[in-house]
Amino acid sequence: MGLDFSVLPPFYGTLALGVLWTVAITAASAVLSFFGGILLAVIALYAPMAIRLPFRFLAWLFMGTPLLLQLFLIYFGLVQIGIDLPAFVAGVIGLGFHFAVYNSELIQTAMIAVDKGQMEAARTLGLSRRQALIKVVVPQAVRDVIPPIGNNMIALLKDSALVSVIGVSELTLSAQRAIGQTYRAFEFYAAAAVLYYIINLGMEAVLRWFENRNRLYR
Amino acid sequence: MTAPHSFVEIRHAQKSYGTLEVLKDISLNVERGQIVAIIGPSGSGKSTLLRAINDLDPLTGGEIWLDGVQVNKALPHRQYEKHINQMRQEIGMVFQHFNLFPHLTVRENVTMAPKLLKKISDKEADKLAEEQLDHVGMLERIDYYPAQLSGGQKQRVAIARALAMKPKLMLFDEATSALDPELVEEVNLVMKKLAQEHMTMIIVTHEMDFAASVCDRVLFMDQGVVVEEGPPEQVFRNPTQERTRNFLRKHLEGAK
Ligand SMILES: Nc1ncnc2c1ncn2[C@@H]1O[C@H](COP(=O)(O)OP(=O)(O)O)[C@@H](O)[C@H]1O
Ligand SMILES: [Mg+2]
Repeated sequence: MGLDFSVLPPFYGTLALGVLWTVAITAASAVLSFFGGILLAVIALYAPMAIRLPFRFLAWLFMGTPLLLQLFLIYFGLVQIGIDLPAFVAGVIGLGFHFAVYNSELIQTAMIAVDKGQMEAARTLGLSRRQALIKVVVPQAVRDVIPPIGNNMIALLKDSALVSVIGVSELTLSAQRAIGQTYRAFEFYAAAAVLYYIINLGMEAVLRWFENRNRLYR
Repeated sequence: MTAPHSFVEIRHAQKSYGTLEVLKDISLNVERGQIVAIIGPSGSGKSTLLRAINDLDPLTGGEIWLDGVQVNKALPHRQYEKHINQMRQEIGMVFQHFNLFPHLTVRENVTMAPKLLKKISDKEADKLAEEQLDHVGMLERIDYYPAQLSGGQKQRVAIARALAMKPKLMLFDEATSALDPELVEEVNLVMKKLAQEHMTMIIVTHEMDFAASVCDRVLFMDQGVVVEEGPPEQVFRNPTQERTRNFLRKHLEGAK
């Protein structure tokens, strides 16, 4: 049996829906991982020990265990203690927190590297420490790490395929469903790969736009 | 505890880093509208004293008073934070390295603190920025980023940023030391203008000519103590202390 890409058109709708879900879950998780990353970085650097330590443990857990296992835990495990999350939400939480931990590492390093004079100037004007962090330190730190955070976001897009295992009808699962009906694994996986690649290009364009906007500042 | 009489009073300021005592029982009174210069060799404690006034480097002993209120008064942590943030709004500070916020435009540098702390509208903030920047001759650069400015321009914006909070007192820590020589004058001119407007100022500087021309009083510090203090004519022309004479002589030689 050779390759026959004419099997694809009847499933364009299925695949398009898969692309939509992949974009949706990636975007939602990216936003969560970005703001979560900032929050985790601030906690890691400034929170009192009693708050910092549990978060450090959580971060260690998210970095040291497979994402797949984390998704299983959040989706299937939490039900047992009465928390029944929709698959999409469970997926966003899993992906979002997982990458928040990685983003937080980058942001922490960048926050430490922000010149001490910046915090001093802000405090001298009468800003509280919290105001100075929000208005002065964090915005500079984030601008410094947009390229590596962008790399994390591309990894996130690729790892979003994992949420297929908890039943989110994203691109990978859509391809699998089509294969289930047609037994055309190569054609549909190849189509999915091309579609991932196109989404990837779109993401890179967005990232480049952010980076360019930044170039003016320095 | 006696009530203060001068606008700014530093009473028996003492500061130690571990066993290193960098300020040794320093007292200083500054009247409203007065301009005091602090000179002295590097490492003598000038910055530490200046930064103690707004509690950026808290003293380990002594008191700082501004306009009848103790800046470094003993309060529980939360209350103290509120109090000191309030006090700092009244004390402007200008740093050697400007410390402008690079991610904000000139306008935003000036308006950020007033908007945040005085809850003024965007319109009022714009007006304030325009006023303050006009005052330091930087109105044309209002929508530039700090990276697009020269050192002298940056420092003038930093002064405008501090003035936008309408402070009662301005502190300058070697405001022109990081500038190329040809850019020093534009910043000095702005400071002279403030002097004419009777802004109360404490100026750490190594520019003796400037100190002599604008200041009412000069303090010579060495190794954490005020060695000599008086009107500029006296301190510069007829210093009574050997250490002052040595410093001035070395400084003159260095300047040549
Ligand atoms: N954070 C610090 N820890 C320890 N020593 C310090 C610290 N800051 C300043 N010093 C010391 O305090 C002394 C006075 O410093 P400083 O006030 O900066 O002097 P100046 O401004 O007159 O050059 C110096 O000996 C300096 O090494
Ligand atoms: Mg100094």
